[in-house]
Amino acid sequence: MKKIILQVVGTVILTVSALWVQADELNLRAGVTEISKEVYSLHMLILWICVAIGVVVFGVLFYSVYAHRKSKGVEAAQFHHSTKLELAWTIVPTLILVGMAYPATETLIKMYDTGGEDMTVEVRGYQWKWQYKYLDEDYNRTFSFFSNLATPRSQINNRQVKTDTYLLEVDEPLRIPTNRKVRFLITAEDVIHAWWVPDFGIKRDAVPGVVNDLWAIVPEPGIYRGQCTELCGKDHGFMPIVVEALPEAEFDAWYASRVSTEVVRTESFDDTFSHEQLMAKGEEVYGTYCSACHLANGQGIPPAFPAIAGSAVAMGPKDDHLRLVIEGVAGTGMQAFGKQLDPVELASVVHFQRHSFGNDAGDLSQPADVINLSGGQ
Amino acid sequence: MSEVIHADHHDDHHHGPEKGLLRWLYTTNHKDIGTLYLWFSFAMFLIGGVLALVIRAELFQPGLQFVQPEFFNQMTTNHGLIMVFGAIMPAFVGLANWLIPMQVGAPDMALPRMNNLSFWILPFAFGMMISTLFMEGGGPNFGWTFYAPLSTTYAPDSVTYFIFAVHLMGASSIMGSINIIATILNMRAPGMTLMKMPLFVWTWLITAYLLIAVMPVLAGAVTMMLFDIHFDTSFFNAAGGGDPVMFQHIFWFFGHPEVYIMILPAFGIVSHIIPTFARKPLFGYSSMVYAVASIAFLSFIVWAHHMFTVGMPLAGQLFFMYSTMLIAVPTGVKVFNWIATMWRGAMTFETPMLFAIAFVVLFTMGGFSGLMLAITPVDYQYHDTYFVVAHFHYVLVPGALFSIIAAVYFWLPKWTGKMYDESLGKLHFWLSFIGVNITFFPQHFSGLAGMPRRIPDYALQFADFNMLSSIGAFIFGFSQLVFLYILINTIRSGKPAEGRSWEGAKGLEWTLPSPAPYHSFTHPPKVTEAEIQG
Repeated sequence: MKKIILQVVGTVILTVSALWVQADELNLRAGVTEISKEVYSLHMLILWICVAIGVVVFGVLFYSVYAHRKSKGVEAAQFHHSTKLELAWTIVPTLILVGMAYPATETLIKMYDTGGEDMTVEVRGYQWKWQYKYLDEDYNRTFSFFSNLATPRSQINNRQVKTDTYLLEVDEPLRIPTNRKVRFLITAEDVIHAWWVPDFGIKRDAVPGVVNDLWAIVPEPGIYRGQCTELCGKDHGFMPIVVEALPEAEFDAWYASRVSTEVVRTESFDDTFSHEQLMAKGEEVYGTYCSACHLANGQGIPPAFPAIAGSAVAMGPKDDHLRLVIEGVAGTGMQAFGKQLDPVELASVVHFQRHSFGNDAGDLSQPADVINLSGGQ
Repeated sequence: MSEVIHADHHDDHHHGPEKGLLRWLYTTNHKDIGTLYLWFSFAMFLIGGVLALVIRAELFQPGLQFVQPEFFNQMTTNHGLIMVFGAIMPAFVGLANWLIPMQVGAPDMALPRMNNLSFWILPFAFGMMISTLFMEGGGPNFGWTFYAPLSTTYAPDSVTYFIFAVHLMGASSIMGSINIIATILNMRAPGMTLMKMPLFVWTWLITAYLLIAVMPVLAGAVTMMLFDIHFDTSFFNAAGGGDPVMFQHIFWFFGHPEVYIMILPAFGIVSHIIPTFARKPLFGYSSMVYAVASIAFLSFIVWAHHMFTVGMPLAGQLFFMYSTMLIAVPTGVKVFNWIATMWRGAMTFETPMLFAIAFVVLFTMGGFSGLMLAITPVDYQYHDTYFVVAHFHYVLVPGALFSIIAAVYFWLPKWTGKMYDESLGKLHFWLSFIGVNITFFPQHFSGLAGMPRRIPDYALQFADFNMLSSIGAFIFGFSQLVFLYILINTIRSGKPAEGRSWEGAKGLEWTLPSPAPYHSFTHPPKVTEAEIQG
């Protein structure tokens, strides 16, 4: 009888553990970097130690529940102390812990070795998007961009079928080269966020006023997805991280083209634009940066997020409107977009707001206005 | 027995409670106040539970169905705050009020008027906090850990009410703890030396010291928030030279002892129930006491393991990893001692015992995931995912909460003089046990697969486990109505219980008749070997 029970229990444990190891959904991902694989094996080591201890401890407990019951007519023993046992179950667990701490310490020391990088990217958390700044050898910015959630609201609100990358897709991913040591400087603009790419085995809080660093050498090209993991307000669940690792040559080509578009983009700050141009650009910017709070119809969610439709600001003087968007409103969710958007984007989104949702200010906002207001920068 | 005591002391004691509702407002009696605490915490448990069900309903499927993200964040925040400060902590204080005087052989608590005050603060504190949900701009939405600057510069206006509510809760806890310490240290019956005290008393003595040590730290943290919000200081504002990370250090210096505040009395409870139903003395009494003391000491030097991803230097990470791992040792000692107590006993499995055994097993599982979380390099993968949610719910729900439920079933005959319905109690246990595991076990998997906590909507690969989790939550939630029914049914029409309601029960409280007299021991009882745990 006992033998059969043991066999059944054994089979169940083996099947469950086999399923566990096979199914991705049931376990941590091993990831692609050397570090993430080391973390994975550490995870498995500790998991199995816990399972083993659990089997022994719960085995004894359930055997006792099965065997030492009054209904079987047993008489309760009256022993209540054993110094030898107490010592044994203090010392043995301590030794097991030392056995766990040793490899954990080794891995941790490796993770902290952030020096000797081939390139550096600054990762900056904003409510609710990530900004990636590519830095040159002297830590000066070469170019930067925001990475926003690309999943349409219609999918979130169940009006459209959700795709495989639902909530894990962005308009522009962070691109890095394979096989080079990339150092990430993690910080934040407003509240605390956390930057996590599970496949690289790295996660670090993005804290305003603090610069943390992480590194990764990604051996395989591919698209790696993660999410913000520190509660950062309303859309905490909607600021994914997507990293595309490109083969080195491909990355270099992309990097060069990105640097040259940066020059063209900066030159466009001197241009003037027509109403139609501003409206088209402005609608795009509004959809990405404004509609989460002020909604696609400009009605907002008062009182936290005021309506733009019919607002005194959108109907009032142009410069006041621009200044509000550039500088933000301290102590509210309204951020200082002067730090996030370029003059063309700022001018067009303000122009769009002044001529949409029933607003009709009848003026034109130009990049030059933005540059004047922000002191020529 | 009680008649004898009454006859002796007829002149200077009023024998029963006052009539009417004012009894509850003016009462200074430890049993009345214990009852108030317990019903209050049960009400908070149901409110916090409803918030949890809102969360689980929203997470039943991907996409936004019922609530918007702003409201969802208010639900997670208030669920946590209400359960921690409104349900678990007051329930333990209620148990302490009921049991400590009876267990140490005292007539009442040492400071009865303060006892009344420390309870009556609570309804106002929680009334204030919950009212913020109905205010313009909404209630607290920054998580129960309220990290700055999300809880300061970026908080809704109602945060000031939240701060005052936390101050009040802290004052209540500190007064409650002073009272408990004063009672235990001064009012023990002659012959009850410290190492003869029942373990529930021991665990509460240590818990009370933890509370006195850390509640002022919490008060300091919220006061600094108040100043940052209203008086333009910059304690936690980087732009003004402050440091958001400092908030976390202060918060967790409070917060880690806090989590032991919510589990140490549970250890005490289980150490009463298991020996009773195993009909065997508690194994390793003194090592149990030392283990609780070591856990309490370690709880002060592990706080930053909640902050491994915040960017500490390597040496700091290593220190907090090692100290955290050490906690497994005394905790293991406790689990081994409970099992050794069961070993070769003559066990029966009444409802309190079922909850206590489930406590040992499921709390240990929470301990395993806790050990995994202690390993810093792996914690980077687990941190702020559902793996953490699964971990702390395993130690708090089938841990702390199950112990409270077990305690209620165990001492209910002593309190009411009546026996609960055993088959309904077992039904309640099995529904809770199954519900809790369906709710929280799958969360380990969604966490390992990468689902962050505190999100109202999630990627599609997490869908199956979330659906399962939601189903379990509704089973667990509604089965607590069975508990409510059992309680009311017992009070109204339970069968009379004996003084020593359980065959194997030991301790001074069982020498009293059931229900226990209004003033427990008016004469110090004789402490005999038969009633001592060790």
